[in-house]
Amino acid sequence: MAKLTTSTLRQSFDRRTFVIGAVQGGVGLLLAARMGYIAVAENEKYEMESESNRVNLTLIPPRRGWILDRKGAPLASNRADFRVDIIPVRLKDPPREVAALGELLALKPDQLADLNTKIADAARFQAVPVADGLDYDQFAAISVRLPELPGVVPQRGYSRYYPTGPAVGHLLGYVGAANKEEYDKERIPLLVTPGFKLGKDGLEKEYEQVLRGEPGARRTEVTASGRIVRDLDTREDVQGQSIQLTIDGQLQDFAARRIGLQSAAVVVIDCHTGGILTMTSMPCFDPNTFANGIGRIEWKMLNEDDHIPLLNKAVRGLYPPGSTVKPMASLALQLQGVSPEEHVNCPGGYQLGNRFFRCDAVHGSLDMRGAIEHSCNTYFWSMVHRVGYENVAPVARKLGLGQEFDLPGVNQRYGTVPDPEWKKRRYKQEWTAADGLNAAIGQGYVLVSPLQLAVMTSRIASGRDLVPSLMFGHPKPPGPALPFTPEQLAVTRDGMFRVVNGSGTGAGSRLQVPGVTMSGKTGTAQVRKLLSRGGGGAWKTRDHSWFICFAPSEAPRYAMAVVVEHGGFGASAAAPIAKDVMTCLFDPAKAWSALLEMEKTWGGTPAERMAAKYSAYAAQYGAAVPKAASDAAVQAAMTQSEGGETPPLTNGVVTNVESGEAKAAASGGGQPSDEPRAPSTGPAERGDRR
Amino acid sequence: MARGLLPQPIATLPWRALLPLALLTGFGAAVLYSAAGGSLYPYAAPHLMRFGLFVLLAIAISYAPADLVRWAVYPVYGAVCLMLVLVEALGHISGGSQRWLTLGPLVLQPSELMKPTIVLVLANFYNTLPAGMVANWRSLVPPAVLIGVPMVLVLLQPDLGTALAITFAGAVVMFLAGLPLKWFLGAGAAGALAAPLAYFFVLHDYQRARVTTFLNPESDALGTGYHITQSQIAIGSGGILGKGFGNGSQSHLNYLPEAHTDFVFATMAEEWGLLGGLFVLLVFGVVLRWGLGVARRAPDRFSRLLAGGMTATIFFYAAVNMMMVMGLAPVVGIPLPFLSYGGSSMMTNMICVGTLMMVDRWSRKASTPGLL
Repeated sequence: MAKLTTSTLRQSFDRRTFVIGAVQGGVGLLLAARMGYIAVAENEKYEMESESNRVNLTLIPPRRGWILDRKGAPLASNRADFRVDIIPVRLKDPPREVAALGELLALKPDQLADLNTKIADAARFQAVPVADGLDYDQFAAISVRLPELPGVVPQRGYSRYYPTGPAVGHLLGYVGAANKEEYDKERIPLLVTPGFKLGKDGLEKEYEQVLRGEPGARRTEVTASGRIVRDLDTREDVQGQSIQLTIDGQLQDFAARRIGLQSAAVVVIDCHTGGILTMTSMPCFDPNTFANGIGRIEWKMLNEDDHIPLLNKAVRGLYPPGSTVKPMASLALQLQGVSPEEHVNCPGGYQLGNRFFRCDAVHGSLDMRGAIEHSCNTYFWSMVHRVGYENVAPVARKLGLGQEFDLPGVNQRYGTVPDPEWKKRRYKQEWTAADGLNAAIGQGYVLVSPLQLAVMTSRIASGRDLVPSLMFGHPKPPGPALPFTPEQLAVTRDGMFRVVNGSGTGAGSRLQVPGVTMSGKTGTAQVRKLLSRGGGGAWKTRDHSWFICFAPSEAPRYAMAVVVEHGGFGASAAAPIAKDVMTCLFDPAKAWSALLEMEKTWGGTPAERMAAKYSAYAAQYGAAVPKAASDAAVQAAMTQSEGGETPPLTNGVVTNVESGEAKAAASGGGQPSDEPRAPSTGPAERGDRR
Repeated sequence: MARGLLPQPIATLPWRALLPLALLTGFGAAVLYSAAGGSLYPYAAPHLMRFGLFVLLAIAISYAPADLVRWAVYPVYGAVCLMLVLVEALGHISGGSQRWLTLGPLVLQPSELMKPTIVLVLANFYNTLPAGMVANWRSLVPPAVLIGVPMVLVLLQPDLGTALAITFAGAVVMFLAGLPLKWFLGAGAAGALAAPLAYFFVLHDYQRARVTTFLNPESDALGTGYHITQSQIAIGSGGILGKGFGNGSQSHLNYLPEAHTDFVFATMAEEWGLLGGLFVLLVFGVVLRWGLGVARRAPDRFSRLLAGGMTATIFFYAAVNMMMVMGLAPVVGIPLPFLSYGGSSMMTNMICVGTLMMVDRWSRKASTPGLL
């Protein structure tokens, strides 16, 4: 380069100024071109993005289809309410906002603790329900303060309402906000829309897609922080379809309330169609309060209750049926050629080899009808011993014991009808004559659910192979004709008629409805080895109380099975409930007035009693209770909790107590203590298919 | 200009620059009026008032005699450096980074003042440097120190955008001063090599995130990429004619961050479309062309370099800001002169304009000796 001088610098300055000017012009052109490209060529794309920024499409959770009873009355409906949800990921300052909400809604410490847990556990997209059923003032108070509560979503919508609450909890299940697993399974925006609830259990879950409906949508203009500027337009939701059940809502409610303070299940079946009129297990959770998630106090309450509210005892409770199998056995004996007129003398027990099986009483000479009427064990021991229990078991199965039924949303356990092959498979042991005697009177290995016993009763009452159904208008066609002649059925029904209307064990439960008689059979199933008999002693050691029945006796219309856990004698606990429920079918007014009187002494309806218990718990424990379980744990509790003492231990006990007198029959050597037998077994071994 | 109708001092004002600037500022006020939801406050009215104030400041500067300016170069440079140190010290005392000095009612951002000052001091240095020394590498040391000290102080704040602006202004003055071209090419090559190293070892995390985002805005569309994405949506959705005055949903519904300061161009483009954008570009083009013209006409080397450097400073602001909002440059906190709300950048730019007017006055004086 030439040596720089002032004049070359001047020239260089002019050149370089020009270069700079050119660069500036170039940048200007570049900017103009870039802007033209964005604003013209890509205008459509960015216009769309701008619109999608500006316009927020909010889904409106659809109103859920109703669940109706056979008469069209709602078992589950919706009620309009104001509710508040939180979208955790949008919270700016969670502790402050939760505190502010707590103040506005007057939440108690345990509710606040529940809310914080739910927020902490929620996946980031999940809407957390805070409260529903708000009054307008609370709703307005929150709406006004929304700008300082980002992530809080108040809305008016509908919430699920179960008018009879706990009475239908096990049957219908409950609804709740979708959890992560459910969202993973069905990735649609509706599932994470605040206020949307889906079925979590029972029929609500089974018929989710039918009940759900189509969501509506609301287009709103929103700011970046989510504040709504104005509504643009709205599309209404389409309510889900209703489903109608065979259930009689009134009767279901009555049965649930009639159970009172007991732990019991009632199943009623229509003998014409097989439709289930009532299937209730009490105590039960209240599906209304489950919808917003299960609070910690409620969870503690449910878990600490030795009546096991989370277990649907009607289909998942397994108990030895006790003497309720005797009508079935009488049919099996007749099929094997035993004449109903043949008499057996009951000297107070039965000698098998060198063992003496003790009966409840000295019944003297009885024929088949009399043996059912008086529930004489000796008769059935000697007769079943004659024909062999392997010939009784198939009849038990044919009548529904040990069977699982195709019922939507009903998670059943099918129990055990033992036979030699089963014992070999299960215990690697040979069947003994004593096993047969135990099974003959519904003890030993035999385990059934209340639903199975109700089906059995309906089949005996109708003489047809009725198949239980739940969906109204869709009865299941009966199976092949039962192998019994009308005469054989008549003998058995006659025996059951005399149980209630003769001098039998259920005589105290005669129906007080003019012109209607009921036939039945009591049962008392042992829980423990002769720790105590019948009614006395600690609750958990008492026998289970059974009653099966049908009415009217001459033209059976309704069949029923009732179990009262640890209720004592069948005649004293289960039979009165069965009688009142049956009365409700024929004379509802009479039954209800009697029930309302009883409830006064029990502290009100189940819902009222639960509320009182809740207050007591809340007062005692406050927010100190550990958090409630997740959905999965609740499901586990419902499907696996079998109850500590259900089914009972049946260790080597064969005596069966039926009449009022409990004889401490433990005359050592007289008791047939069988070969060493594995004690009662866990759920899986009992044939749990789920 | 109708010289005969106006008094001399007003008629001799450089209307070729002032008129477009007034139009641009008025347009900016309209945009700010809309950004405030159709209200003069809090942005539009102060914006106009400041412009009026700083126009007076610029006119005052334009009357400064050359001797006084040359005499004041180093004291001014020293004072601004001192203020930068003071800011740094106060920041340490108050326990946080700070960019402002509060002097009574005035809130000063010394790093802004440094931009014209660095042009001034370098122009003076190369004016006094003998022509033969320009290409000598030893003469690089003083300007390196002059640029280096404020740059380090600004980087400590930390304010990458201003540090780059100072470096750029300095480099342009050196370029115009006639330093060998190969030095700039070499520096460019070195910079290209150093950039990755700087990225990994020098930049702060948030600055690094901005660079990453610039290279791939979709990498984090809700986080650091949010600004660029929303800004492009605003500009792109404006189309050719815009959504109309007061109808910009991106800015009004707060999707566009910094809608009244750094991203005011996007706010404007959403409502005024491509036409508004071209108008802004045109005004800057006119002003910058005038600036370079002033530089070319300037009577001596000092005033030439001064005018060229001042023009470059204005250019740097406008170009980097607009490239940023259009996704051509990383997000650095540089406002758009005369449109963005904010006093500091307006002051800097009006000092630049005032200096250009001053050089313009000097050159007219020199070309018509004896007239005044």
